Amino acid sequence: MATFPLEPVHDTFRAIATTVVPEAVALDRAGWERLEEIIAEALASRPERIHRQLRLFVRIVDWRARWRHRERFVDLDPLQRTRELERIERSRWLLLRRGLWGLRTLIFMGYYAQPAIQREIGYRARPEGWDAVRGAGR
Amino acid sequence: MSGAKRPTGAELDYDVVIIGSGAGGGTVAYRLGPSIASGARVLVVEQGPRLDDHEFTGDELDMAPALYRDAGGFLTRQGTMSLALGQVYGGSTVVYTGTSLIAPERVIRDWDVPGLDHADLAARSRRYMEQNGVHLLPPEEINDNNSLFVQGCREAGYEVEQFPVNVRGCRGSSLCNLGCPNQAKQGTNRVQLPSAERHGVEVVTRAEALRLEDHAVVVRVHERPEGGKGRPSEWAPGEYTVRARMVVVAGGSIGSTALLLRSGMGRKLPRLGRNFTAHPAFILVAEHEREITNDVGHPKSFYVDRAAEDGWLLETCMYFPFVTAKNMAGFGREHSMLMRAFPRLQMILVLAADKAEPQNRITVDRRGQPVVHYDFTFPVVAAMVGATRAAARIFFAAGARGVHAPPADPPLIERSEAHRLERRIDARHFQPGRISVSAAHLMGGCAMGRDHRDSVTDAFGRVHRYPWVRVADSALFPDSVEINPYLTVMGLADRVADDVLEVLGAPSDVRCPPVIHGETR
Ligand SMILES: Cc1cc2nc3c(=O)[nH]c(=O)nc-3n(C[C@H](O)[C@H](O)[C@H](O)COP(=O)(O)OP(=O)(O)OC[C@H]3O[C@@H](n4cnc5c(N)ncnc54)[C@H](O)[C@@H]3O)c2cc1C
Ligand code: SF4
Repeated sequence: MATFPLEPVHDTFRAIATTVVPEAVALDRAGWERLEEIIAEALASRPERIHRQLRLFVRIVDWRARWRHRERFVDLDPLQRTRELERIERSRWLLLRRGLWGLRTLIFMGYYAQPAIQREIGYRARPEGWDAVRGAGR
Repeated sequence: MSGAKRPTGAELDYDVVIIGSGAGGGTVAYRLGPSIASGARVLVVEQGPRLDDHEFTGDELDMAPALYRDAGGFLTRQGTMSLALGQVYGGSTVVYTGTSLIAPERVIRDWDVPGLDHADLAARSRRYMEQNGVHLLPPEEINDNNSLFVQGCREAGYEVEQFPVNVRGCRGSSLCNLGCPNQAKQGTNRVQLPSAERHGVEVVTRAEALRLEDHAVVVRVHERPEGGKGRPSEWAPGEYTVRARMVVVAGGSIGSTALLLRSGMGRKLPRLGRNFTAHPAFILVAEHEREITNDVGHPKSFYVDRAAEDGWLLETCMYFPFVTAKNMAGFGREHSMLMRAFPRLQMILVLAADKAEPQNRITVDRRGQPVVHYDFTFPVVAAMVGATRAAARIFFAAGARGVHAPPADPPLIERSEAHRLERRIDARHFQPGRISVSAAHLMGGCAMGRDHRDSVTDAFGRVHRYPWVRVADSALFPDSVEINPYLTVMGLADRVADDVLEVLGAPSDVRCPPVIHGETR
């Protein structure tokens, strides 16, 4: 199994992940492991430079929280966390916007690519197509 | 490795080596097939793997890394647009949706390539439409996602057209962009390549063309990664120098351009890498009150073409949960609520008919890897904003209660705000890096034209100053085609094949374009 490149900033990463997908708070241990495993696999073929940039971005999120609130990102309440990420999302600095976009993409992948989550949100596509639907009387 | 051979000496001498097996390479391989009987030796070198039918599962996590370069997330240098490129036996035709349109006459006229005539290109495209079983789906196979689009267009006053699609035995699984699990989509992996192989064209997969040398291709054959999908390569892993009388480069816009650049051909071809266009696109999502059929049925059956007038196109579409989540702007509660409304979502893809611009181009980095430079110009942003407003009108006319529009802030527009779309959807919210833009129609890099000062090849893909090299794919487009491109790629590749057959001195019955009768494997 590939190692999770965000391990050194693990708690901030999880706080960001639950801000990006609030339902992720309900993930159990196995759910989180799966989310991080999916991200680790997606990043395994990417250069170490990308891993470093992601860790740096997570640290920047934390530094910004300390600078603005004198608290770590993980210690902010959910609304404050959302506001922090929204500021980054609308930042005039492309590098910051891109950083959040990249991390958010990975979190969405780790969460929404899980078959169990896909079923939960009502995604029903399957190879049998119409036959499956008509057979099920949908 | 079981079954893999290590060719040596004369075995590595071919008349023609084709690099890439997508819409362009697959077409050339198909046309050269009959020349094998008269002694020609033809090899296709494909970087991606060859998958067996049962390996197409339709699972997002499983299929994207197996079929796409960088699992579908290849980013531009600016990091503001992701590019989708198939990397598999069949190239992007394995992951395309199969909408089959002939290039508009005005576009080919504007390309102004001496010796390229619209009537000829259209006739060739039509032959591949016939071979690929292109037809309109009957009404009972159209899902709600598509019929709501038609209804919305009619009510909002947009002229809507039905896409002809190239499917045989489509079961409506809506998984086209993850590779068809029912082998219904008639890509080159189903039609042209199997025909070529039956004639004796050799195909070697997991084989990456590293560079061109004089009348030769240096190829690296890769190991099958542990746990990965697809068969091992037909050749033993290692590096080979394959000699060829002629090399046909068909690695796609990015693959072909990067290969020629890392072979040092840019020194004699100043236009190499230029004329890159991509039809930048994003997804709009609307929420209805009731469940609709969206993730069942062919995903892309209708479109609105305003390219000539306003520079944009709208197409129906349906994506998978991760791709949908990534493509919506924002995050958090609102984003999650929409994702949880998945069975009630309608989707429209907005595309800009971009124009070739000097700054948008392909280069290679120190390791020879492609780097795509792409800036969103003012006309592109204006077109995407205009298209977003049109799509929002269509959604609301179809009864949606809310529309998620990336160039709006906040992106969720309630029905009560439908009268102020001009204000809500605005170019100032088109903020690269905040909104997700992606592109799957990659074009240019080795544009056709007159001579080396204005282009890379002539109208038959003959590379200026390199008489033994041809280009036969989407890299040839001197500007965007402003419509779904694969049939134009096949039409252009068919012309390249004519010329190659002539140089090979193939008998006239082989050189004549074959009569096509819905061939499939
Ligand atoms: C998701 C998606 C949906 C699409 N839907 C449609 C649609 O509905 N209708 C439509 O008209 N068009 C569609 N397109 C676009 C269409 O698929 C492409 O325009 C067309 O396939 C381009 O053909 P090509 O030969 O230029 O490249 P490709 O088909 O991409 O083939 C290039 C091949 O070359 C290989 N290659 C590259 N470099 C090397 C190398 N160095 N060595 C060996 N092999 C190499 C690649 O692995 C690849 O297999 C879609 C594309 C995508 C990605
Ligand atoms: S919708 Fe049809 S063509 Fe597309 S994947 Fe499903 S069966 Fe194949």
